[in-house]
Amino acid sequence: MNKKDIVNILFCGRGGQGVLAAAEVCGWAAVLSGFHVKKSEMHGMAQRGGSVESHLRFGKEVFSPLIPKGEADFIIPFDGEEFIRLKSFLKNNGVCLVDDLNRGKGALKGQGRYINVFLLGALSRYLSIDKQFWFEAIEIVFAGKNPRENKGVFLKGREQGGGTKGDAL
Amino acid sequence: MDKLLSNRVVFLSGDEALAQGAYEEGLRFAASYPGTPASEILEYLSCCKGVDAQWSVNEKVAFEVALGASIAGWRALYASKHVGINVAMDPLMTSAYTGVNAGFVVVTADDPGIHSSQNEQDNRFIAKFAKIPLIEPSSPAEAREFVKVALSLSEEFDTPVLFRLTTRIAHTKENMVIGARKDIPSREFRVDTEKYVMVPRNAYQRHIVLEEKLVRLQRYSENTLLNRMELKNKKIGFITGGVSYLYAREMYPDASFLKLGLGFPFPERKAKAFAARVKEVVVLEELEPFLEEQARTAGIRCKTKKASYRIGELRPEYIPDILGGKDKKEDPGRLRKPVMCPGCPHRAVFTVLKKLKTVVSGDIGCYTLGALPPMNSLHTCVCMGGGITIMDGMSRALGRNIAGVIGDSTFVHSGITGLINMVYNKAKGVVIILDNGTTAMTGNQPHPATGRTVKKEETARLRLEELCKACGVAAVDVIDPRNIKVLESGVKKRLEGDVLSVIIARAPCKLIDRTRTDVPSYQAQKCKKCYLCLEIDCPALIKEESGLIEINPLYCTGCGLCAQVCPFKAIGCGGKVFKNLR
Repeated sequence: MNKKDIVNILFCGRGGQGVLAAAEVCGWAAVLSGFHVKKSEMHGMAQRGGSVESHLRFGKEVFSPLIPKGEADFIIPFDGEEFIRLKSFLKNNGVCLVDDLNRGKGALKGQGRYINVFLLGALSRYLSIDKQFWFEAIEIVFAGKNPRENKGVFLKGREQGGGTKGDAL
Repeated sequence: MDKLLSNRVVFLSGDEALAQGAYEEGLRFAASYPGTPASEILEYLSCCKGVDAQWSVNEKVAFEVALGASIAGWRALYASKHVGINVAMDPLMTSAYTGVNAGFVVVTADDPGIHSSQNEQDNRFIAKFAKIPLIEPSSPAEAREFVKVALSLSEEFDTPVLFRLTTRIAHTKENMVIGARKDIPSREFRVDTEKYVMVPRNAYQRHIVLEEKLVRLQRYSENTLLNRMELKNKKIGFITGGVSYLYAREMYPDASFLKLGLGFPFPERKAKAFAARVKEVVVLEELEPFLEEQARTAGIRCKTKKASYRIGELRPEYIPDILGGKDKKEDPGRLRKPVMCPGCPHRAVFTVLKKLKTVVSGDIGCYTLGALPPMNSLHTCVCMGGGITIMDGMSRALGRNIAGVIGDSTFVHSGITGLINMVYNKAKGVVIILDNGTTAMTGNQPHPATGRTVKKEETARLRLEELCKACGVAAVDVIDPRNIKVLESGVKKRLEGDVLSVIIARAPCKLIDRTRTDVPSYQAQKCKKCYLCLEIDCPALIKEESGLIEINPLYCTGCGLCAQVCPFKAIGCGGKVFKNLR
């Protein structure tokens, strides 16, 4: 990744799935890496199980807080239906972590609520963000809660992840 | 990155950045009423040392208290969502005449796209209507910088300043470096009846002062750096402001821009000079043609968006079509239907209201979701307080008793006057106060009936039942709605009665009371697949492919409502709370 380029990541799902926390961690990891970061949320009635999406953009200088349609480098779906709704945001050759969602659900028996951290681990394979910044970001966002579990799941996602290219969807 | 540096770098939302900027600029007082997307402003300021911050009872009150603090010498801030400003319009309009003493910023957080509101009014027009300056940042970092300018501008021109955010800025986070708080002394308060006592004679004089002020503000607008010309490729020049500027820069990074941070008074001369230097002028803005009208009045020939773009949020990918003169092709996709939380006490109330088939006048809060299928049991929702007053008018015209529902925070906000009006004018019917002990929809803020302040300090608690009695309501009942049999007979009795009654349906919001009891058991052999249990629209209940019901133990709080509505006792409950209720 060239610092001049903007990285566009779209997180989507339903209220209560950890979508916003995932975007927040990724946002902080990018902040700590020294990028200009904008993270925009749509969460009007999120707490009541409504649709949630978060647009995360970072690079040298970010203008629009929203990812223009067809320009997302990555989609991180927490919910199949929400992914279908927002599929058109993915650019040609963009990467979608829909397989990782299923892989994570399988790998995290009994630890289902850590799925967001698993997906971040899978996403981290593609981004030039130092592992140390990911850990620091996790600590900031989860206020130091369950550090061992979070780190463990993150590394699991980083090992087992492997997204699907947009063209193959 | 070393620790020291990372401590100074922050990642703030537009709301938080605005609050931080105001704090740095010596803000001493802030008042607000919760409302998306403005709530986080006051929440942030309530944690700032040296700032006296309060959740006020409603926006009118918040505005007046903040204005008072400003008149007496403290830098002050009012914040609310766009429709909150409607409630504060009375003092706002006249505060343009009185002016201020210490800086006074009036923050409006508009909601283009209606993410969580009842309309998408464009509050930029309020600046023009009230004759006060309008400042609009494009990003969170700018919100922090511009609010400082707004506070000084307010003092320099002796005027409240309207500071407009939109949801897209309020709820976007951006990294920035923050600074220390300036030590700004209070201003002296001087008695000045001609300035602060708006009786006709004084007000007439102040109107003259206001018009003179506008002329000076116009000159300021021509020269301020808030209104910035960026000349690059001169084929196309955008006149724009707010988040629209960033969308245009995203799509046309090489174009020329007149970026307006001060949209009213409109810098006519600067805009004309800009127009003369580019081949084609495009006015780009979200919602209403506010800049467009002012540019046209100035005699600038410009390309503008079609009326179809006045509806909904602007998006970067719309701009090429706007330039092409095309209509909006809307495809927001189907958003998932929001639903009341598992264990939410409102669910029980709407289950009963649906069964009783009464007309229900509604209000603003989580319970507005009672209007959606399969509940379909809330039939109006217009504004704060309307649950009571609209019910009053409807029941008069319908000639029968109906029900009105209103939340506890909303009732305190603007339901009390409506209730007194009903008593005074001999109205009948059932007002149900859905008392979950919080302002739930906007993020569980406290209010006078919770007995807690924004800083979580204890304070005198407003007792709703005593208040209703004092208003003169003949019958006031307090019912735990989680027991639907009791609730149903209570509501039925009052609907059939011949007096005005208030039922306080009191049970805590499930986002505050996180206690859980056992998940109900489900006996497939008893289930007749009538699906009455699904009519309560609980996210914990799922109809499996086999047609049987599954109860998701992750979501279920054990409230037992599903068991109470099951006519065949297929759903049973071992939970303690439920046993008590049944």
